[in-house]
Amino acid sequence: MSPRRVLVNFAHPVLERSRVNRRLLEAIRDLEGVTVHDLYEAYPTLHVDVAREQELLLSHDVIVFQHPFYWYSTPALLKQWQDHVLEHGWAYGAGGTHLRGKLTFNALSTGGPGVAYSHDGYNRFTIRELLAPWDQTAYLCGMRFLAPFVVHAALRVRGDEDVATARGAYRRLIEAVRDDRLDLERAAAAATLNELDTTTPEAAR
Amino acid sequence: MTDDVLTQAFVYLCAAVVFVPIAKRLGLGAVLGYLLAGVFIGPYALGLVGTEGHHVMHFAEFGVVMMLFLVGLELRPALLWQLRRPILGLGGAQVVGTIALVGGAAMALGVAPKPALAIGMVLAMSSTAIVLSTLSERGLLKTSGGQASFSILLFQDIAVIPILAVFPLLAASGATTAVSQGEGRPGWLTALLVIGSVSGVVLSGRFIIRPMFQFLAAVKLRESFTAAALLLVVGIALLMQVVGLSPALGTFLAGVVLADSEYRHELESDIEPFKGLLLGLFFISVGAQIDFALIVDAPATIAGIVAGTMALKLVVLYAAARLFRLSRAARWLVAVGLAQIGEFAFVLLSFGLQNRIFTDAIASPLVAAVAISMVLTPLLFVALERWILPAVTDTEPARPHDTIEHADTPVVIAGYGRFGQIVGRILRANRIPCTVLDLDPEMVDILGRLGIKVYYGDASRLDLLRAAGCDLAKLFVLAVDDRAECTRIAEEVRKHFPHLLILSRARDRPHYFDLRRLGVASVHRETFASAYEMGIEALRKLGYRNHTAHRLARRWRDHEEREMEELAQLQTADRATYLDRMRRALDEAERLMRDEDPVVYEERDAAWDNESLRADQHPDAAAQNPVSPDETA
Repeated sequence: MSPRRVLVNFAHPVLERSRVNRRLLEAIRDLEGVTVHDLYEAYPTLHVDVAREQELLLSHDVIVFQHPFYWYSTPALLKQWQDHVLEHGWAYGAGGTHLRGKLTFNALSTGGPGVAYSHDGYNRFTIRELLAPWDQTAYLCGMRFLAPFVVHAALRVRGDEDVATARGAYRRLIEAVRDDRLDLERAAAAATLNELDTTTPEAAR
Repeated sequence: MTDDVLTQAFVYLCAAVVFVPIAKRLGLGAVLGYLLAGVFIGPYALGLVGTEGHHVMHFAEFGVVMMLFLVGLELRPALLWQLRRPILGLGGAQVVGTIALVGGAAMALGVAPKPALAIGMVLAMSSTAIVLSTLSERGLLKTSGGQASFSILLFQDIAVIPILAVFPLLAASGATTAVSQGEGRPGWLTALLVIGSVSGVVLSGRFIIRPMFQFLAAVKLRESFTAAALLLVVGIALLMQVVGLSPALGTFLAGVVLADSEYRHELESDIEPFKGLLLGLFFISVGAQIDFALIVDAPATIAGIVAGTMALKLVVLYAAARLFRLSRAARWLVAVGLAQIGEFAFVLLSFGLQNRIFTDAIASPLVAAVAISMVLTPLLFVALERWILPAVTDTEPARPHDTIEHADTPVVIAGYGRFGQIVGRILRANRIPCTVLDLDPEMVDILGRLGIKVYYGDASRLDLLRAAGCDLAKLFVLAVDDRAECTRIAEEVRKHFPHLLILSRARDRPHYFDLRRLGVASVHRETFASAYEMGIEALRKLGYRNHTAHRLARRWRDHEEREMEELAQLQTADRATYLDRMRRALDEAERLMRDEDPVVYEERDAAWDNESLRADQHPDAAAQNPVSPDETA
């Protein structure tokens, strides 16, 4: 098949102060077949252009939501985006079939360490559990929800080298999903996409 | 000749209707048109009006009185107080200087000292009627030169009072003095009457006239309001005449008192047409009065008086303006504009004759000279605007451009008025250094005193743009007031610094299109943002929720901005295409307004509208038929 077209809907209200997301974004910006869409830059007043967003969704096969994991969820604009763009009769409900069959996942950064996101940790829930609303949203829209790509402990990041591994992994992941080298069964079932080895096409399979 | 009022009115109106538009069309101004009309119908051309011209003129002088009332209405007391320095200083210097020089010249020509002094006083007056109407017709009244001219004229009006008081003292010894005003009253009583009537005008303005207008406004009878306005002006003029003050000065005072009353604009619009007609009549009668027989008899004498007097006045005015540090352009405006001899001279000359200060042999050529100098004034204004002002403004600016040293800021701002300052302050608040250029010396000085460095200079000059660091800068903020100037600067910057991103202010849509065509990246219509905010506010006041009002306005704005861009692209296309597109744009805008067509406004607002959701029995239809893995591949 032809490569999948990937849309990265990116949301960070102060990108210039970002430690992780800025570097992750740099890692994929130049990739062919990947559209990086900086939502806070496009909609500084949170006024989302619904028609334009829906066109973008229609012209891509994979929708990635990249964002910091604010309060166990997304920055406000992404919620606004959901409220406006995923219209009844378009994204779901009678006639709402436009998103059917598309792949979607979240790529996020957390402040706390990975161990905190467990039933024994101070955050008490796993990332996947906390992403239940996104999982269900994708489900209602007929999209295939994959495990999240997660970079933990963003607050401890000092320089490029701290994110180097994650950058490489993120770039390989996006390439893999674009080129259909990702095992979707495993990707849907995994706790995070980080677990999947995407270093080689064979490994991805 | 014709004593029938209607016939006379017909003649005067005809002359005005024919000559004024022609003069305006030729760029000579309305005042000159009236004067020429007067010459044309006067006794020495068609002879349609004759000796009664004097009476007409006397009647029409009331136009000057009304004009000063209107000028007063424009001048709040606070503003008048601000002008005290130019009024007393500049006006005083002009009157005293002219009396000395002209009086001296008269004495040198063999006139006795006392009449010479009187002649100096007569010729020191300038024409309030001609100068103020010419200045406002040409839009020069609000310039610094215009304000200075106004101040001098005001001082002259005030100076008429002591001059009238001094005249009887100058009478040749033994002559019987005929004092027409304040007859036989002792000096202290006159002084008391003057003070009493002035304070009477001020107090009644506050405590009688305002309540009266309040009452009339409540009655809502348009004519009675107009009648009351006229009554006010006539009454005050009469009162002033009785106590021996200039009626013009009295009504001016009344105008000032009423300047911050709520009826200011009604008064203005009521008096304005009367003033316009009477002033026109006044100018016509001045034209009709010129005694061509006398001019033909002694052309050299008359020409000598006119040229000599105007030259002396011009020198005095220029020197006084220079002394008070007016800009070169303003100095020339004052000097050339006020060089004529004014209508008060007619009054003073006849008063001087009554008092036997001088004889007919002196007064008659002077009357002719006054009229000729008044006719010359509009011509001088034309010359001033065509040749003198461009010369003194361009080649030698009032102040040399500042030299800019090593400007290498990322931002250059041209124009730091009310628009540029907001942009500049936001940048400064974020510690972004800017190099600022402005052409308003006052603004540059004020900002300098506030500690903000602004360079005085014309941003359309390439050397200045270089010096301002345009080679290295990233952003050029173009915020000058003047549309043509703005476009010129944009052109220059686009041509010589193509890398520089221009953000420009636009006066209106055509200006927006001009700038976009020049390739200016970002253009902002200057009133758009605040009008937009007000539109949102209006929706809110009508009961819309704040957020909804914002969203609706934003949606309209997106549409509007797209439309503007499309039209800007089309500006280069042929006219038929452009008009066709314009028509469609208007249709579209109208469609947007119509309630019954909810498509544009409503279709994209399904997000928070659950009507369709309510109707949908199975919103989870897609979820009920989960996609198979194959489908996603």
